[in-house]
Amino acid sequence: MLEVRDLNAWYGESHILQGVDFDVPEGEVVTLLGRNGAGKTTTMKSIMGLVPRRSGSIRFKGTETIGMRSDQIAMSGIGICPEERGIFASLNVTENLMLPRRVGTGGLDLPTIYALFPNLKERASSQGTKLSGGEQQMLAIARILRTGAKLLLLDEPTEGLAPVIVQQIGRTIREIKQRGFTVLLVEQNFRFAATVADRHYVMDHGRIIDMIPNAALSANMGKLHEYLGV
Amino acid sequence: MFMILGYPAPLLFGQLLLGLINGAFYALLSLGLAVIFGMLNIVNFAHGALFMLGAFVAWGMLEYLGIGYWWALVLAPLIVGAFGVLLEKTLISRLYKLDHLYGLLLTFGLALIIEGLARNQYGSSGMPYRIPDLLQGATNLGFMFLPNYRAWVVVAAAVMCLVTWLVIEKTSLGATLRAATENAPLVQAFGVNVPRMITLTYAGGVALAGFAGVLAAPIYSVNPNMGENFIITVFAVVVIGGMGSILGSIVTGFGLGIVEGLTKVFYPQGSATVIFVVMVIVLLARPAGLFGRAA
Repeated sequence: MLEVRDLNAWYGESHILQGVDFDVPEGEVVTLLGRNGAGKTTTMKSIMGLVPRRSGSIRFKGTETIGMRSDQIAMSGIGICPEERGIFASLNVTENLMLPRRVGTGGLDLPTIYALFPNLKERASSQGTKLSGGEQQMLAIARILRTGAKLLLLDEPTEGLAPVIVQQIGRTIREIKQRGFTVLLVEQNFRFAATVADRHYVMDHGRIIDMIPNAALSANMGKLHEYLGV
Repeated sequence: MFMILGYPAPLLFGQLLLGLINGAFYALLSLGLAVIFGMLNIVNFAHGALFMLGAFVAWGMLEYLGIGYWWALVLAPLIVGAFGVLLEKTLISRLYKLDHLYGLLLTFGLALIIEGLARNQYGSSGMPYRIPDLLQGATNLGFMFLPNYRAWVVVAAAVMCLVTWLVIEKTSLGATLRAATENAPLVQAFGVNVPRMITLTYAGGVALAGFAGVLAAPIYSVNPNMGENFIITVFAVVVIGGMGSILGSIVTGFGLGIVEGLTKVFYPQGSATVIFVVMVIVLLARPAGLFGRAA
């Protein structure tokens, strides 16, 4: 569904991504693992067209998107849940939820979204940033489920959240996978990643250095500890 | 004669009305400036010139084409807005990545050019614009005569401000605008064509100035300096209300118009400076303005 080849990205003079190659097959949950500064978030932003300069090839459903503006990339069917969550302070919860444009059919309708995230319904008219961290994260995921985007980019959805909320987000990711969504997930926490993903790409210094299928994860624990320095 | 606080009531109410009229123009103009500043981060010094352009378009439509006031009230803002699209696309959009000063210089230069061209063509003495028949005359309120046209200006400006506020605060289009003011790249990554939205925001802001220009045409003579006379005060209003605050610019616009009018009654010498005195006090007490959010 997504084929990334020789992806390079720059912030000013800094050459952050130095030839990234990986694939996200349709219907899978794929993670990018790696230390801080390995280039995971920049990879997400590059796919979405949110970096100042990039080169290489990003094909989504067979179409080259490297030259497109970020709104065109979104309209082709990709939704992003950014690392900093991106909840808008001047919008209430409903307005935040309804903000992303509908990009295709098959998005979840509001009753389904509220069934997945009951808190959001209770707080529909609260200011977006008045929600707790966990609720903001759910809002950030919920709003791209609505749009009909088939590929979801989730950047560290569990960062800084309580274990019970991490579990809820894990359930949500498995649920949306069952519904046929494809997910590219950035994670620091590979124990969490192991509970939801089909395969893991390991990043370091702006490159993909290994791919481990989830089934082979326990056999590769030693290698993974070495990569992540944990 | 009926007196209030030792002043003749007709004088007091007369100045109050004058203050409200000026306030109506302050509100409409500063509202457009606030919308533009919020979205584009540009202080639009061409705003006064575009207000003047609105009045000239209305005058020209009547003079050359025989199109009357009511049509002008609809068409002139659209024409000024279209001109705004042209300005934003060809000139202003090149400045977003640069320092504020460049936007200030460009729009100030544009104001000088537009006003200079108008002066060159029509001189600076001004042309009269007739009050539409429907709004001729005055109504006796018992304590004063209220000129119908002036009442209409206050009502029309208030309604336009209210509609703009409702669009921005209560519609999904407004929600997208507010979100883009906060974090434009993310809004674009949600599928919104942000560059086009910025162009239309600028057009909308200057269309408000054009609308104010048409309203102003029958009150002040249509002349190339009419925007210049207003714009300095309007910038003070914007600063007092809080840069980029929609509600702030509306409330402060009307409020300061009234303050200015009353000063003319109670302390006429101070009427030209009172707004700037208020500005100094507000900036000392609340540097972000009355309705501004501290950065």
